[in-house]
Amino acid sequence: MDKKVLPVIEFKNVGLSFDNNTILKNVSFEIEAGQFYTLLGPSGSGKSTILNLISGQLSADAGEILFDGKVINNIPAESRRVNTVFQNYALFPNMTVFDNVAFGPKLKKLPKDTIKAKVREMLALVKLEAFENRAIQELSGGQKQRVAIARALANEPDVLLLDEPLSALDYKLRKQMQSELRAIQKRLGITFIFVTHDQEEALAMSDWIFIMNDGKIQQNGTPVDIYDEPINHFVADFIGESNIVNGVMKQDYLVNFVGKDFENLDAGMRPNEAVEVVLRPEDLDLVPIEQGKLVVTIADQSFRGDFYEITAIDDDGNEWKVQATNPSSVGARVGLDFGPEDIHVMRFNESEDDFDARIESYEGE
Amino acid sequence: MKDNSRAKIFFAIPYISWLAVFVIVPIGLLIYQSLTNVQGSFTLANFHEFITSNVYLPMAFNSVFYALIITLITFMISFPAAYVLSHLKHRQLWLMLIILPTWINVLLKTYAFLGLLSKSGIINQLFSTFGLGTHNLLFNHVSFIFVAVYLELPFMLLPIYNSINEIDPDILKASRDLGAKPINTLSQLVFPLSINGIKSGIQAVFIPSLSLFMLTTLIGGNKVMTLGSAIELHFIVTQNWHMGSTIAIILILAMAVTMYFTRERGKRK
Ligand SMILES: Nc1ncnc2c1ncn2[C@@H]1O[C@H](COP(=O)(O)OP(=O)(O)OP(=O)(O)O)[C@@H](O)[C@H]1O
Ligand SMILES: [Mg+2]
Repeated sequence: MDKKVLPVIEFKNVGLSFDNNTILKNVSFEIEAGQFYTLLGPSGSGKSTILNLISGQLSADAGEILFDGKVINNIPAESRRVNTVFQNYALFPNMTVFDNVAFGPKLKKLPKDTIKAKVREMLALVKLEAFENRAIQELSGGQKQRVAIARALANEPDVLLLDEPLSALDYKLRKQMQSELRAIQKRLGITFIFVTHDQEEALAMSDWIFIMNDGKIQQNGTPVDIYDEPINHFVADFIGESNIVNGVMKQDYLVNFVGKDFENLDAGMRPNEAVEVVLRPEDLDLVPIEQGKLVVTIADQSFRGDFYEITAIDDDGNEWKVQATNPSSVGARVGLDFGPEDIHVMRFNESEDDFDARIESYEGE
Repeated sequence: MKDNSRAKIFFAIPYISWLAVFVIVPIGLLIYQSLTNVQGSFTLANFHEFITSNVYLPMAFNSVFYALIITLITFMISFPAAYVLSHLKHRQLWLMLIILPTWINVLLKTYAFLGLLSKSGIINQLFSTFGLGTHNLLFNHVSFIFVAVYLELPFMLLPIYNSINEIDPDILKASRDLGAKPINTLSQLVFPLSINGIKSGIQAVFIPSLSLFMLTTLIGGNKVMTLGSAIELHFIVTQNWHMGSTIAIILILAMAVTMYFTRERGKRK
């Protein structure tokens, strides 16, 4: 990625503590204009805190926050060109749908006609044209969510922050809102920063994902990059299903785990460095014993709609999760097969910069 | 179903008896007294006198006027105070400090003010120490209003505080997020969303203020004549229970009117 464009938001070594509890430590990242970003991480990892720092509801103890290249640490929330969609919608219960959406434009003292046109445009965008005069109490959860989106967008922000906006919706509605949100972002061309702890949602929606844990960004990248090349145990475990075993990187392109050597595609580590090895369940195949790289016994099997999730145990007692299109029978001994490209090796405590540099060094050529 | 409703009636017996003995019967007696004269015959003369003599109407006006002023001042102190309070860190402590004085008997607090404000009281001692001389701080309209406001303040503040506290903090965050200055948030969200608390506060202050009588004597030095003091006068001094009851009935009507105008409207779940 050659970043010639000025980032719209930049964090430089931002830190924050509440009563001696460090919440964020040295957080640095850049957000480019016009993309769909996701902050993904478990509860308490600091996702909302980052949004609150961007919107100005919280102020940083350390570091700089830049907006369009200018430091905004001391700009109050009401003056930032950022708006937020809150998890519980936070709609104004004493106002109609129209007045909720018109709240921002009215504060700007725009002419009445302009406000009316803006509100109608926004309600059309979220497909709620007919609901102008409804009271907030008369809306369903999904409709409230749409009003919240329209209200935040009516202010024409450069960046829209969305804090777990879909988590209160049922599965079907959530899927539908995911694609609508994505479509709205593409259509308006503004930056979305979306918070979720649902990894599937993050992978499906984002141009770029930040994985957070414990107040730190663990890894950032495109969904495919992060899925294929997780930097550490936490990311591998958090994103998708994975089998993680300990191993030793004997030399470039040769790794040893469960007592055997395997060819792989990773390089740039010290000889005989202890590592962790990730194999994704969908990359593993169950084959006749003689064709497999490992011999395993099927321990459990459950039907998951479009695949069978199978748990198999190798002779060393390691558990392997496998996604298979065909059923097996519990107790059967079968071969487990995978290719060099399915093996992903992770070093302990490798920083993101070192990780990127190392990947670059042997993949770049 | 039947058993259930019987059980309900059973549990309601203590309350209904209480209501009958201490509310319905006394009001009945008041009405009876107000509609009779010394000879015990029915008459509207008491009400007629209330309206035509030039004693009671000014008194009624006075009562409403002072109650309004007391309500207004307590509101103007309480609303901003409640808003600030709801944002404080140790609000339980601050709240305690407001509630605590309400546990002390009103009469005791009133006497405390007599001590504070009298000619030889602490305030005047301070004044004279600084060479400002001593002043008559008691027995005037201002001292009456001041002490009444002091006594009534918690009853305005607490309901307002409670309803402000119930506002989802995200709503206030959203308002700021959309560009609202604190004054916009206050007028467009906090005020309308705490209107029921404000109404309760107004009820809790305005209605008792209509019938203040102890304060009028002790602190107001009888410079302030209200309907409350008139009732006291008729029942205790002149022993004219018929006129006293008439004033009481009119006061009750005034309270009912106040309740009507400050009732909760459009209650939503
Ligand atoms: N006002 C506060 N005072 C003290 N600690 C706080 C405060 N707000 C957040 N925290 C702490 O900061 C950490 C990060 O909180 P944050 O709300 O950013 O997490 P999150 O990633 O958004 O989690 P979730 O997915 O549950 O919303 C948590 O450990 C939380 O307890
Ligand atoms: Mg959160």
